[in-house]
Amino acid sequence: MALIKYTEDHEYISVEGDVGTVGITSYAQEKLGDVTFVELPATGEKVKQGSPIAVVESVKAASDIYAPVSGAIAEVNEALNDKPELINQDAEGAAWILKIQIFDPAELDKLMDRDAYLAYAKAEG
Amino acid sequence: MSEAEAILIKPLAPDAGLRVTPLNALHRELGAKLVPFAGYEMPLQYASGIVKEHNHVRSAAGFFDVSHMGQARLTGADFGTAAAALEKLAPGDLLGLKPGQLRYTQLLNESGGIIDDLMVTRGTDGEGIFLVVNASRKEIDFGHIAERLPKTMTLHPEPNRALFALQGPQAATVLSRLIPGVEALGFMTSAVFGPVSVSRSGYTGEDGFEISVEADAAEALARRILSEPEVLPIGLGARDTLRLEAGLPLYGQDMDETVSPVEAGLSFSIGKRRRSEGGFLGADRVLRELAEGPKRLRVGLKLEGRAAARHGMTIADAAGEAVGEVTSGAFTPSAAASIAMGCVSAPLGKPGTELAIHIRHATVPAQVTSMPFVPHRYVRKA
Repeated sequence: MALIKYTEDHEYISVEGDVGTVGITSYAQEKLGDVTFVELPATGEKVKQGSPIAVVESVKAASDIYAPVSGAIAEVNEALNDKPELINQDAEGAAWILKIQIFDPAELDKLMDRDAYLAYAKAEG
Repeated sequence: MSEAEAILIKPLAPDAGLRVTPLNALHRELGAKLVPFAGYEMPLQYASGIVKEHNHVRSAAGFFDVSHMGQARLTGADFGTAAAALEKLAPGDLLGLKPGQLRYTQLLNESGGIIDDLMVTRGTDGEGIFLVVNASRKEIDFGHIAERLPKTMTLHPEPNRALFALQGPQAATVLSRLIPGVEALGFMTSAVFGPVSVSRSGYTGEDGFEISVEADAAEALARRILSEPEVLPIGLGARDTLRLEAGLPLYGQDMDETVSPVEAGLSFSIGKRRRSEGGFLGADRVLRELAEGPKRLRVGLKLEGRAAARHGMTIADAAGEAVGEVTSGAFTPSAAASIAMGCVSAPLGKPGTELAIHIRHATVPAQVTSMPFVPHRYVRKA
């Protein structure tokens, strides 16, 4: 079973081996409302933990998506180019945003597990 | 994930010091996401979300609470005297209003900039003038008007009246069930039905009505309208995408005190007589711009791709020179495209002109487009 971790910025990263699949949580998509556009990064791009890697736009606002860990962008979900609304339908499944080659697995330890994240999201309201 | 607009994610503190409309409890009951807007706690959207709400207005009927807007009555003079007094402050042909008719105009400052845009209605009895202004500007507007009225006249703000809009192709069918007779109104006319004033007007480009009612009776009427099967409640989010598609400017976004009505593309609202006579605040600039053309102009823009242009983003010409700014924009459901309004150097305002918009790190091609983006479907009567 994949290890899944969460950030305070409402990204999830699902880790298998040294590759993490990154997206936004169901909670986040619900808060954002109808998603109209996802700006994806270029594959191969190297990113630092916490740096902006994608943008999710809803009807009313644009939100940066931050790298949960440092790494290289291995793959992006091209399906979101034509169907950004997938984020609203299946944020933590088919609407993953990108895959990242993880440089340092120790960075995952700074992130929350599911129970901690759900408590965090609940506290935020 | 970070929020460009914190309003979307931050729940409202109960003590935010915001005013509420008479429908506040009903909004909560309907599952509204409430946000601060112009000092009021207002619904951004309900459970179905902005896109579904938007599409519902285009296909059936949507109910909007716009009670935050400012309503006022002018008294103390016959219609001619009152209209003449208001004409000193606004370039619309108000003396030409027939009983029951309403007209869109703007309050201008001395340098021809827009203080606010508003609707002016002549009472059905031929007397009385009724104003509806923007929520964010009502104190400024009412002060501005009151200071400049002849001594015999009084402006009465009506904070105890609620205002609703019912918009969409089914609006007339629905409202005539509740208030028989409204279906006979033509676009931009109004009538009084018992305690309720109804005008055929709106801010969506669709057929529809605006309904003014005493605050005490507001919730019961709202529940009655919402109980009709065609009707869904609609929040400010869809109100914005609908008015954007209809090419209708929003005060504070697409125009402010530096922008003239000519620059804002509102010359249609300046009557022929007013153009020859002048005699309103700011007339020097407005008449000059009508004769010589304005330096800049509000235009419609259609972007390539799905990224949204937002207020304040730079517009550039083919050579990469900055030529203006986006005033509002979004990826909207009925246009199914990223559309925007912007203020650009007037020679570049011709439909078909190729421009570009700086969105974050990218330069996105955008073409000047005539407005509305989605055709109006107003119902005019002979």
